[in-house]
Amino acid sequence: MKHKIGFNALSRSSSQRKALERNLVTSLFRHERIETTEAKAKEVRRMAEKMITRAKVDSVHARRIVARDLYDEVVLTKLFKEIAPMYVDVKGGYTRIIKTQNRLGDAAEMVILDLTKKTPSYDEKIKNAEKLAKKKAKEAEA
Amino acid sequence: MAVPKYKVSKSRSAKRKAANMKLEAPTLSVCSKCGNLILPHRVCPKCGYYKGEQIIKVEEK
Repeated sequence: MKHKIGFNALSRSSSQRKALERNLVTSLFRHERIETTEAKAKEVRRMAEKMITRAKVDSVHARRIVARDLYDEVVLTKLFKEIAPMYVDVKGGYTRIIKTQNRLGDAAEMVILDLTKKTPSYDEKIKNAEKLAKKKAKEAEA
Repeated sequence: MAVPKYKVSKSRSAKRKAANMKLEAPTLSVCSKCGNLILPHRVCPKCGYYKGEQIIKVEEK
């Protein structure tokens, strides 16, 4: 019977698990899209969704509660000023999980954990990366 | 305590285990973008598309 098992322990002690989750959720808000294993993504998703919901109201109290689990103050500001405002009209489902290929080496199921809405700075970053790639391709030809 | 009269040989136990093994072919579906055979519900590794959306960049060789 699978009673009273509300989460995946990810084969870690609680302190290691907490550190891992904090790292992943910080990375998710920093990069808006991260690639990880399916089990980790499903655990982190819960944390990320709760944080975004919390961050919709920008108060000192909300900031302190969210800041407990983020490792980076820059990311905290980004969450409150850029990410959460995009979702004011949405009630949950801020993230999505897209399955990709299994990892070479241990055949772990890999996924992309993705924010459904992207900030303008993310779009810009992608555009710049594309430009750079084109430039490099041209230089390689010449 | 009951004791087996004869030791089961490696061959015999291997045969017993082999009878319960079976390799199965993976279930595959067709990528709607490039027609490549893919695992269902996954980004196509050839074109990087999933549900009509470019998810990952695939480098051309």
